[in-house]
Amino acid sequence: MSVSLKERPSQVQNQEQSGRINYNEIPKKLRRRPYYIIAPGLLILIGILIPFFAAICLSFTNYSFKMTTFRFVGLKNWINILKDSAFYHSLLVTLQYAFCATLTEMLLGTGIALLLKKDTKFSRVLKVLFTFPLMVAPAIAVLIWQLMTSNSIGILEKVLNVFGVFNFPWAASHSTALFTAVLIDTWVNTPFVLLLVLAGIQSLPKSPFEAAQVDGAGAWFTFKTLTLPMLKPFMYIALLFRLMAALQEFGIIFALTKGGPGDTLMNISLTSYLTAFQFQKLGAALPGLLILWVLINYIAKWLVNRQRKLARQSQGY
Amino acid sequence: MNTQESAGAKQRRSAGKLTGAALRNLGLCLYALFALFPLIWMIICTFKSDAEMYNTVFRFTPTMENYRAVLLGTDYFKAFLQNLVVSGGAVLLTVVAGVPAAYALARYDFKRKEGIAFQILSFKFAPEIMVVLPVFLIFQKIGLYDTYFGLIWVYQVITMPLLIWVVRGYFEEISVEIEQAAQLDGYPWFQVFFKTLLPLIKPGLVASGLLAFIFAWNSFTFPLVLSGFQIQTITITSLRYIASDTIHYGQVAVASMIAVLPEIVACLFIQKHLVRGLSFGAVKG
Repeated sequence: MSVSLKERPSQVQNQEQSGRINYNEIPKKLRRRPYYIIAPGLLILIGILIPFFAAICLSFTNYSFKMTTFRFVGLKNWINILKDSAFYHSLLVTLQYAFCATLTEMLLGTGIALLLKKDTKFSRVLKVLFTFPLMVAPAIAVLIWQLMTSNSIGILEKVLNVFGVFNFPWAASHSTALFTAVLIDTWVNTPFVLLLVLAGIQSLPKSPFEAAQVDGAGAWFTFKTLTLPMLKPFMYIALLFRLMAALQEFGIIFALTKGGPGDTLMNISLTSYLTAFQFQKLGAALPGLLILWVLINYIAKWLVNRQRKLARQSQGY
Repeated sequence: MNTQESAGAKQRRSAGKLTGAALRNLGLCLYALFALFPLIWMIICTFKSDAEMYNTVFRFTPTMENYRAVLLGTDYFKAFLQNLVVSGGAVLLTVVAGVPAAYALARYDFKRKEGIAFQILSFKFAPEIMVVLPVFLIFQKIGLYDTYFGLIWVYQVITMPLLIWVVRGYFEEISVEIEQAAQLDGYPWFQVFFKTLLPLIKPGLVASGLLAFIFAWNSFTFPLVLSGFQIQTITITSLRYIASDTIHYGQVAVASMIAVLPEIVACLFIQKHLVRGLSFGAVKG
């Protein structure tokens, strides 16, 4: 069981020992072979990412879908966006959404994984069933929850009526829209955290726990000092994947309210999409996205480094 | 006295265990309700007529009217087929180009190997909207907008990193000796690959291919921007059911059901490899 995202020291050693691919002994012609083999895959990806670098250049122009020509405008787009209060609002929404969704999913997923710890037939069946929502596309998840939350036909309305709540506004109100979006995100993505943490639980070594039991350690103490530290590398990977996705969430919010009501759910992805297509200003849409991209990369790097440190610690070297 | 005490303690402990188990099962059942009821409710709604939708909950006369309306009355089935072509094509291209790349990353030592591997992974974390805006521009210029090939190409951003990273892990688990033995027997490289390696990684390859298919099937941002009237994927077509004012909820349910069903079936096949695929090979569950 390895939980490292990049380092594979044992692998490299194996190859050197077996001597099959000794870098210096192979003829020069053969040395290029791996690059040839990898080329098609890389070319396809890079082909699609040339525009990606074009994005950086276009962010310095006033490119618009309405006009046939465009010109270089320097840092104007960047200065405009940094002066625009709407940008800071969308940054706040992005962080709010990512924080709420990721935190809920991490807590719920880890909790349920711990409940599923005992390997019984019941828990094995549940584990399979719990993966279903994870397969649902964001737009379809919104449809499915529309059937649940609709005030005319939704079953949740009928349940809430019993408690004396009528016409709960869900996505239609400023105060409950974020809650509704996070609820749907949680429904879809909690199983991801659950599966990863459960895989971690099942890989835990038995002996430290037996030792703790012999020493008469309490359940909470065992959890705090043994289980949690050993699960942390797994939780970091779950956190990494979830946070990166939540920071750029588009599908759920777009299908749910297109960023509304008002600008309640306008995160950076949605703001940029609307700037580009509704207001037809591509150049002005890009700086926000580039800032988001840098933010995501920075957080990802930080998380990967921390995860590696933790994985090393928990493996004891 | 002593034995009595320990019996009492035992009783207390078993009582504690029982409440623990009861609480655990309660928690699991509550979460199961949250996770599964929306899907069950969706299935129920597919069989309700528009009239019964409003005044019944669980007791109603089932009807197939919604299925007929969606499958025959709209082009939803066409979108389903088009989605199948685009996602299937994307996975095919990924397998053809990605498996060799995964092999090279697993077996050879070459300069900047880890750098290239990590670069491939980082594509997954780029904001989709940011990738798609300039691609939209270029696709319109070179005539790939709203074509099968254009979508299949751009889907590689989703499917290729997944497949390369996961399959690379499976290649690394095969011992080099097997390959060497086949080479010593005088098999040319392609036979070594197809006859010894491919059968060994097949379960992993099929699983990651299916997972890549699910990811492509679910893609929303790319087809939203890059497809027009010619090609309509299911996720985009389903938006129509949200936007309209006079909603036929039964048809909404059928539309979701058709979109979800193939994925649930695929998901059942890849259970064993699911954790590994979802974490890009980082967690070998």
